[in-house]
Formats: sequence, structure tokens, C-alpha cells
Amino acid sequence: MSNIKYILGHFADPDDLMHGIDKLQEGNVKIYDVYTPMPIHGIEDKLGIKRSRLGKVAFCFGLTGTITAITMIWYMLVYDWPMNIGGKPHFAFPDFVPIMFELTVLFCAFGMVGTYFFVNHLAPGRAPRVMDLRATNDRFVVAIDAKENPYHDKIDNILKEAGAVEVKHNERKYVSYE
Amino acid sequence: MGNHNHTHTHNFSEQFIFSGKLKTWTLIAIVVGVLSIAFGFLTDHAERTYANLLLMAYYFACVCATGTFFIALQYVAQAGWATGLLRIPQAMSRVLPIASVVLFVVCAAGLATHNLYHHWHAEGITDPNSPNYDMIIANKAVYLNVPFFLTRLAVFLGAYSFFAYLFAKYAQREAEQGGLVFYDKSIKWSAVFLIIFGFTTPIWAFDTIMSLEAHWFSTMFGWYNFAAMWVSGLCVITLIVILLKKGGYLSWVNENHLHDLGKFIFAFSIFWTYVWFAQFLLIYYANMPEETVYFYKRWEPEYLPWFWVNIIINFVAPILILMARGSKRHTNTLLFVCIMLLCGHWLDYYMMIMPGTVEAERGFGIIEIGIAIGFAGLFAFLTLNQLSKRSMVPTNHPFLDESLHHQI
Repeated sequence: MSNIKYILGHFADPDDLMHGIDKLQEGNVKIYDVYTPMPIHGIEDKLGIKRSRLGKVAFCFGLTGTITAITMIWYMLVYDWPMNIGGKPHFAFPDFVPIMFELTVLFCAFGMVGTYFFVNHLAPGRAPRVMDLRATNDRFVVAIDAKENPYHDKIDNILKEAGAVEVKHNERKYVSYE
Repeated sequence: MGNHNHTHTHNFSEQFIFSGKLKTWTLIAIVVGVLSIAFGFLTDHAERTYANLLLMAYYFACVCATGTFFIALQYVAQAGWATGLLRIPQAMSRVLPIASVVLFVVCAAGLATHNLYHHWHAEGITDPNSPNYDMIIANKAVYLNVPFFLTRLAVFLGAYSFFAYLFAKYAQREAEQGGLVFYDKSIKWSAVFLIIFGFTTPIWAFDTIMSLEAHWFSTMFGWYNFAAMWVSGLCVITLIVILLKKGGYLSWVNENHLHDLGKFIFAFSIFWTYVWFAQFLLIYYANMPEETVYFYKRWEPEYLPWFWVNIIINFVAPILILMARGSKRHTNTLLFVCIMLLCGHWLDYYMMIMPGTVEAERGFGIIEIGIAIGFAGLFAFLTLNQLSKRSMVPTNHPFLDESLHHQI
């Protein structure tokens, strides 16, 4: 077997790309992923991509913020240094709500930024993972795992017949920025 | 975009037929309402009947005004997603002039018979030599007097009705002649309407509802009422869309449009809570007697359970039910939430009005339920009648195609 790891089909137009995906699926070719410079309606359903778990992550970060806020306020204003503010009870819950709300939002927002960097390998000093640089510019790229899918000539033909402007056989998964 | 080159198979020439059982039921509801009003007056509950009439007339006018607000918002945002269901807010908007007249008549009659607003409208209340003299009211009398009150109400409701008429006219011309001329005009006048509406709805709420307890005031009250108005109006739009879909109409409105309406309801339920709580927190924190009196009244055993139910039904329930994506796309869940929130905002208005009018004499019986049914019937009759007069979709609207392919 060859050293080819991934076959990349480049399309110049989203309509051609969708057509290409249909043709590959008709030919029972398993698609690894698709990279496009812009979101395309309906592509998730076509590729059978599962719903993102981002919402659950966001909820966990938010809940952490709420708990942090209420613990902090409770420690400061109820346990450690209770003060008489306007004759209210020390645990004056309505007063705490804005802080709980703000910390929920803050933790959630920071958590989402962190998650974004983590998932996309964008930590400082790390090279971003990109399979083809033009997928961030003007090309719609279908990636096919060459080890999983034999008959590379057949795949090439399907891609070209569907309107691919370029077909690449890559021996490395990601391009580097060197 | 993408695979959208196919042609649709929707029947755009279909028309809503308003007849038979549905029409009979709306008419029966109106009769129930009239009988309940008569019952209220005959059993010597004039003030309670007036308070309920004010509640429902205000609710009715607010929901119809939301129709106008909704279409103006879509025009100014140049949004396309809602075009397929735009006929429903348009039909609601066309009822606004009638709803305005009803509200004005209720307020004027309530003033004339001293059943409403007697807190600031009583014999000798601004006269220092009278036993009825009230210095706080006397200081507010420059603003809060009957002629100016009624003028404001007439001008505001008249302005909203005028814009409702204008948008209806443009929609009609657009359907007849096509082209972008009327769309562009609608955008321009929608912007004017939104500015006027934004500045006057708080004053409208101050006058109609807040002045029932004229000693007390809250600057948050106007936005609090706007939030209630917008949520309940969105619920009415969604409810009509769902029921029409269940009746076999609106094949081009799918779960994506319902999802967007659901997001609107979810977001503005939270917004309602935000303003409700902002008003509460400021008063709680400052703890000044002239401000806390509002919540003190609502904290009496008579109203306390409903105070909590109000928050649970209008905040906790929608946030928990509608948070998941699936429930916003599930027709029956959304239908349940809409009906729940419409009842919830009835209770919200009840909590605004009753402690300031009938106080401990409040009730929940034939008068409350009957008048609510009557106004619901009146609204359904007038709106569905308007809806049945035109095609179910604005076929010449420039964003119709976008609405058909809406996907989220």
C-alpha cells in the first residue's frame, strides 16, 4: 500500500461540493470531514454530524460561576464578616442575584474561550491543525481517509466527475506553517 | 445557496376559511363575556367588573399592538425568516384600532363612574380646603388630570392604530402591485413607528396601569409592561401559527420557524424576569416606605401565593421547558408553553391591577373567567376574520423565498 493518508477533493463552489458529497455517499465512500470557508446550510445533516456538546460544556461553566458566586458571598457577608446593611438579614438573597448572574456569565464566557482554544489546538506555541490552507480561503474541501477507503482511483474519478477542480493525495494529515 | 434550486410544492393561493364551529365558538365566547359583565354589575361588583374589563381591554390592546410591533421589527431588521407567517401579526395589527377604542372606552367609563383611577380622580382631591385633599396627588395633578390623561391615551392609541393602518395599506398594495416600492416605504415608516412606540409604551403603561396606585411610582414599570406585552403577543402569534398548522394550513411554516418563535418567547420570558426583578431589587434594597408599599400589598396573605405563582409560571417554567433545542422545535411542547404563558401574563396583569383597585375584595370567579373568555373570543373573532380575507402568505414580499428555505 501507498503512503497516502488523506485524499482531498477541492471544489470551487458550495453547490458542487454538496453534489460531490452526494456522489461519494452513493459510491459508499466514507467521508472523513469537510472544510469550508463559510457555513453551509444542511451540511451537518448530510454528513450525519452529531450535535455539538458545547451547550453542555457552557452549562457546566455557568453552574461553576453561580456556585462560586454564592459561596464567595456567603463566606464574605454571612460567615466571615456579617454586617448590618439597611437592616436586612445577612443572607439577603435578592441582593446576591446580580452578582450570581454576572459570575455565571463571566465563567461561561471565559470557559467558552478556553474551550475554543483547547478544541482547535490554538494554544500559544502550537501549530494550528489545518488539512488544507485554501479551505480557509476560497476552496471547499472534502477529506477522505485513504487508509479506510481503498480504490483511490475510483475516489479520484468520483470527485472529478462531480466537479472537483483539484484532487490531492496527502501523505501527512495536517499541513504545517513552516 | 446549496441544494435550493428545487421549486416548492406549497399552495400559496389557499385561504383561511372562517366559518362553522370555530366561528360559532368565538361568538359563544363573546356572549359569555357580555353575560359575565352583566352578572358583575347586577351582583353589585361594579368595581371588580371594571378592574377586569381594564385588565382584558389592556391585554387585548397590547396583544394587537404587538402584531404591529412585530411586523415593524421585521421590516426594520430586514428579516426574512418570518415572512411565511407574517399574515398572522398583520391580522392582529388590523384589529388594533378596534382594541384601542375598547380600551379607551373602558378607561373613560371607569373614570366617569369613579370605578377606576379613583386614587387620583376624586372630588376635591387637589383642593387644600377639602377633606379629600391629598398633597401628593395635588402635586402630580399637572400631569395626572382627566383631560390630559384621556388626551394622552387617545393620542398614543391613535398613533399606533394609524401605523397599523399604514402597514396594512402597504401590505395590501404590495400584494396587488408587487415591486419593492411598498417594502421600502414600510421600512421607513416602521423605523418611525418603532421610535414613537418605544418612547410612548412606558407612558402608556404608567397611565393605564401604574396610576391605579398613584402615590407609588417606578421607572422600571414601563419596560416591565413592555416585556409582558411582547411575550404574550409572541405567544399569541405562535399559538395561532400552531393551531393553523394543526388545521392543515401554512404548510410552508416548519419547525425552523417555530424554533425561532420559541427562542423569542424564551428570551423575552427571561427579559420579563430581568425587568421584574430589577424593579423588585431596587425597591427591596432602598427599603423606602413609599416604594415598598407596592410589594407590601402583594405580600399580604391574600396575594402572596399568586405572587410566587406569577414568577414560577412566567420565569421558572418557560426557562426549564424551553431551554432545550428539541422542545422549541416540538409543536405540542411549544403549544403548551404558549397557553401557559398567556395564562401567566393574565395573572401578571391581575397582580398589577387588583391590589390597587379591589384590594382584599379580589376574587376569582365568573366575572374574571367570563370576561377573559369574552375578550379571547372577541380577539379570535376579529383576528381570524381579518385573516380569512386575504391569502395566507404575502406572495409579493421580497423575502418570501428566504422564509421558505429558513433553516437553523
